[in-house]
Amino acid sequence: MRFKSGYRRLLAIATVVAGLGLAGCSSSPASSSSSSGGTTTVGFIMVGNRDDYGYNQAVYSASQTVQKDLSKVKVITADNIPENDTVTRTMQSMVDSGAKIIFATSYGYYPYALKFAQANPSVYVFHQGGYLNGKFPPNFGTYWGEAFEPVSLGGMAAGAVTKTHKLGFVYAFPISQTIGNIDAFELGAQMTDPSAQTYIVNTSNWCDPLKQKEAAQALLSQGVDVLTQHQDCQATVIEAAKAANAYVVGYHYDAKSLDPSGWLTGSAWNWAPVYENIINAVTGGHFAGSQYNANWVGTFANNDNPLTLASFGTSVDSATQQKILSEEDLLKQPDESVFKGPIYAQDGSVIFPAGTTPTYAQINNLTQLVKGVVGSLPKS
Amino acid sequence: MNGIEQALIGGVDGGTAILLPGLGELVSQRSGVVNLGTEGCMLAGALASYAAAVDFHSAWVGVVIGMLAGSLCGGLHAWLVVKRKADQLASGLVIWFLALGVTSVFGSSFINKSVPPIAIWKIPLLGSIPWVGRILFDHDGLVYLSFVLVAAVWFLLYRTRMGLTLRATGERPEVVAATGGHPDRVKFLAVMLGAGLAGIGGAQLSVGYVDNWFNDMTNGYGFVAVAVVLFAAWRPVTVFLGSMMFGVALAAASVIQAHGIAVNQYLLDSLPYVITLIALVAFSRRGSSQAPEGLSKALTSSG
Repeated sequence: MRFKSGYRRLLAIATVVAGLGLAGCSSSPASSSSSSGGTTTVGFIMVGNRDDYGYNQAVYSASQTVQKDLSKVKVITADNIPENDTVTRTMQSMVDSGAKIIFATSYGYYPYALKFAQANPSVYVFHQGGYLNGKFPPNFGTYWGEAFEPVSLGGMAAGAVTKTHKLGFVYAFPISQTIGNIDAFELGAQMTDPSAQTYIVNTSNWCDPLKQKEAAQALLSQGVDVLTQHQDCQATVIEAAKAANAYVVGYHYDAKSLDPSGWLTGSAWNWAPVYENIINAVTGGHFAGSQYNANWVGTFANNDNPLTLASFGTSVDSATQQKILSEEDLLKQPDESVFKGPIYAQDGSVIFPAGTTPTYAQINNLTQLVKGVVGSLPKS
Repeated sequence: MNGIEQALIGGVDGGTAILLPGLGELVSQRSGVVNLGTEGCMLAGALASYAAAVDFHSAWVGVVIGMLAGSLCGGLHAWLVVKRKADQLASGLVIWFLALGVTSVFGSSFINKSVPPIAIWKIPLLGSIPWVGRILFDHDGLVYLSFVLVAAVWFLLYRTRMGLTLRATGERPEVVAATGGHPDRVKFLAVMLGAGLAGIGGAQLSVGYVDNWFNDMTNGYGFVAVAVVLFAAWRPVTVFLGSMMFGVALAAASVIQAHGIAVNQYLLDSLPYVITLIALVAFSRRGSSQAPEGLSKALTSSG
């Protein structure tokens, strides 16, 4: 039947495309001619828009700092690259235009980045946020920061201003980084408000404004008066908080300018020093076997955490600011951590016993939410 | 406010962003042209309305500009399909990619500009009805506009001469031509009008609901609207119900979590799609309305 097949084809296309959410394939590799004469070409690949006031903008602005600071480096960038084999093609086209070093900066790039490094021994590939359990190829490294440290400081600010004792956390996926952040946020909040509770809602997307808005609305109707998030783009949640006269703690990028009185503080990435150290290690010829040829994690204790405390908004009084800053100083001491025991899970069982300080790997492997977090992580 | 109310209120807001492009696509398909570029025309509307709202400090000026941008987007599709006899599906996808690229490039400078949002206006009397008032009559103006448009589109299709010509064009354009009509002109207008509604749908997202522009912010909801029209068997009221159902399921996923109830994430994520699908298939079975003949023909001959 002619009639049916056309109709079905249309249905199939419409539903498949809608179901897969097959959107976002607009890449814009800003590259030009290849390099020579002692210049090293470095590529940065981003999953979202480089102007997102969030994760990707932090990467992009750091890449521009690298371009300014290092005279023998030529920076090329590509944004809006989805987490599928498109990233492999993007890495290849960067190599074709002369790239020697590639920073693959989104969580989901990890398997593609590792494979690409193995297949291209002459190219140095770095993955932002990944964690390799095992032997590193001599041209591969991961790097990240103890994100949960500054996130816990943001939690302190939230606990200090909440009147309902209810905080809301909009997150994307239940990955280890996010679990650590949710827990640290709640633990930080408890330092300034022992009865603070954190309600969690996920969006299953790094940036879907409609879902972010629905999530924020659901939390605000629950009586939440401080919102925070682990999303790549943060403006929608900030606007939602602003419209409801609620407060917001940011993540990834200092967005105080969007809502100076609602903005409490947040965490902001400062990637340029890490990128520059890695590039210098490679161009200086001492990369293999170095600390960057491994899972490199910046910390407050080593004074090299790439995630830093953002600026304070006008609603955070000076006493609270002092408290937060002195906690930041404390976290710089060895054996200090927001996860220093005793830490209890939601069901009251002990995660980290009293008198112990967990390692980064232990915190990164957390699968439980701490006591005070309301809600549960979706099982995968 | 309990959870069910929360999900319904949020559902009406989110559902409107499906309903507006859905009604537009309905008009377009009734004339025999499917517009898979609806997603792109929504993006065009979302960005244009946001940009205009920033420049003119008025959300409503933004909405009008958003509608025009959507119409232009549809005009391109209509030109390709009606005048150049291009494959409808291919043309639609091209329009989508084009709009995605163009809006991503030009939209960068508008990310996080602040706009005067469309004010929430509680309708007197209606808004005071217990429960129902809060769910249906305490929203921004675009939500009410979409309600009115459901009735308007229904009236246009079934109670006016223009609607008869539109439907006839979708069924048998030859007959329309034989009786002195201009089927190509009708199609052109229907596609542009439909895409204009998609543009308003985009505006509902950017200046109406989330107060923010972001590239690719429609995230496939335009395709959802196209699917809703198909499953709703080309009937305005059913499109309304399907869109709202999708919105409510989307909001429910958040509300359920905010109440601390443990539900499988993948189930929650698929909920809007599954519920809408089941409901519409069940609903449209009962009806007699079928695909406009011209639409089926165009799709078959193009494949």
